[in-house]
Amino acid sequence: MAGKGESWLRSESAQGYALISPPFLYAVLLLAAPLVTILAYSFFQDGYLTVVHEFTLQNYIATWTDPIFRVILVRSLFVAGLVTLITVALAFPIAYYLSFGLAPNQKARWIFLITIPFWTSYLIRVFLWKVILGYNGVINSALESIGIIGPNGLIADPLQMLNSVGAIALTLAHAYAPFAILPIFVSLEKIDRSLLEAGQDLGESRWRTFLRVTLPLAMPGVVAATLIVFIPTVGDYVTPELIGGGKMPMVANLIQAQMLPLDNRPMGSAIAVSSLLVVAALSLVFLWLNRRFLKVGK
Amino acid sequence: MTDKPMIAFQDVHKYYGDYHALRGITAEIRAGEFFSLLGPSGCGKTTLLRTIAGFEEISSGAVLIDGKTMVGVPPNKRPTNMVFQSYAIFPHLSVAENVGFGLRRDPRSKSEKAKLVEESLEMVGLSGYGARAAHALSGGQRQRVALARALILKPKVLLLDEPLSALDRKIREQMQVELIKLQREVGITFVLVTHDQEEALVMSDRIAVMFEGEIAQLADPEVLYGRPNSRRVADFIGVMNFLPASVTDGPGDAVTAEVAGLGRLEVAPGQISSAPAGDGAAVGFRPETLTLLYEGQQASDREAPGTIDEVVYYGDMTYYDVRLDGTEKPVRISMRNVFGRPVLEVGTRTRVAWSPGALVLFR
Repeated sequence: MAGKGESWLRSESAQGYALISPPFLYAVLLLAAPLVTILAYSFFQDGYLTVVHEFTLQNYIATWTDPIFRVILVRSLFVAGLVTLITVALAFPIAYYLSFGLAPNQKARWIFLITIPFWTSYLIRVFLWKVILGYNGVINSALESIGIIGPNGLIADPLQMLNSVGAIALTLAHAYAPFAILPIFVSLEKIDRSLLEAGQDLGESRWRTFLRVTLPLAMPGVVAATLIVFIPTVGDYVTPELIGGGKMPMVANLIQAQMLPLDNRPMGSAIAVSSLLVVAALSLVFLWLNRRFLKVGK
Repeated sequence: MTDKPMIAFQDVHKYYGDYHALRGITAEIRAGEFFSLLGPSGCGKTTLLRTIAGFEEISSGAVLIDGKTMVGVPPNKRPTNMVFQSYAIFPHLSVAENVGFGLRRDPRSKSEKAKLVEESLEMVGLSGYGARAAHALSGGQRQRVALARALILKPKVLLLDEPLSALDRKIREQMQVELIKLQREVGITFVLVTHDQEEALVMSDRIAVMFEGEIAQLADPEVLYGRPNSRRVADFIGVMNFLPASVTDGPGDAVTAEVAGLGRLEVAPGQISSAPAGDGAAVGFRPETLTLLYEGQQASDREAPGTIDEVVYYGDMTYYDVRLDGTEKPVRISMRNVFGRPVLEVGTRTRVAWSPGALVLFR
């Protein structure tokens, strides 16, 4: 009979560990380790040019008593909320059309078309919006050339569109549209079409059937789309920097400022952890509010 | 049951592009009857049912329900309710919410509606299930919920689209009986679509057998089984044996057939059905209309000699394939097993008792 160690090495559980160890290592090194580092730093003290490895809550106290942090956090949440609202509201009709308006053999082609914006890098797409919305940008030039903007036109000066919350929201809504369309599309695809016939058979109009059957059954997709858009847009760095021109900083810009120019990594970490907790709390509340749509089984 | 038509199809045609799914259906379904649309898949039976519900627009002709034309009337405005093949139970609602789904615009109070829902659940044997989540139900329970949900609205017609096909055999047979009882109780016209001929025979007052978008025969189960009007209907419903025959007409109405294996016999006009062109004339008879004679037994009418070719034992029944002398293809004979009577063996010489009145001539 083989020894205990040898038999364990051949056991199913050992094979299981061997199989999951690469993704586990990946998760530890690339997800858990950075998070733990940030968490640890948020409790350290900032010395001049160095980090003093001593426990303190000072960073958190400073963060939450700083009115600028609160203004920026509220702005981040507001922008992300606005982006999410626009994106999901526009994504739903598109997903509905993909699922209900197209022949089955057409769907793959349309989904392919929807992913085309991803062929261009995010950064370049943000830059393009800058070109479109800029003072001498595409929109203003076009309006000038047809005489709406100009000394004798409807508007005297070119429109100031950049450096505004609206421009940030527009850019982000464009970037995240496919992320919202796809989960909603999937949840609509999963709806048994005979349920819609049953709704009508039981005396409801198409619109009422949509409200009573289609929409509640699509809610898991809507919830997923909301979170997928909301969570990353709260922490978006590039768009407020480029489209907001640095005049509309969001939380990520604040963290970046602490981490690099101000070289206060403990403070940056505390802000990061604080906003992470706020977003997590908001997400949980949102999930809880939608719990009755999410527990539907097969 | 009355003879007043509840549903009337008047030369109903349905095209899907070039495909001619319904080819001139003209038929009436009586008020209060249990009516079945029976046929193989693709024969148009489900399409026809869906023209009643309003899910299919017909290309030409008319569908009338209770004397009113249904052309252009959407499903939610028709006096029909449907039990879907998949049951279409709303997974996001409880059992009670499913059953009460159609009561939204009902003017009655909330508590009256709740009572109505409970009564409907009781009617289908699910009392006390109201609070359960619909997605946690078994197949048989889903079907009951679908029934309660449709019947609570007191439709003039209940449409059933293969409602039993997804159930186990035992539950299916139990549900067949329950459905018949329920139909008698509520007195609503039931229209059932099925591909299962046994189910149609068990449950229906009348059956329309459909092939390729046309009704081949519309009759009550006994006529359909005993006197199918074509070889195709005969083949589709139950087992029918065929023996080639040569037919001579006259004198008068009388028809004489010379049947391989059975000999010469006279056929009454009511026993004659059509055979598809190209097929020669044949007589058909059901397995149970023939009897194997044991030694010493006498036929009450006529008998023919043969040899047992195959024996299939079913417990309550035994099927014998017997090659009658002078024929090539064996005929199937079913015999009820009686305690103490041995099952005969393959190769045994035997005699078969038969009666001319039980057969159908296809020509």
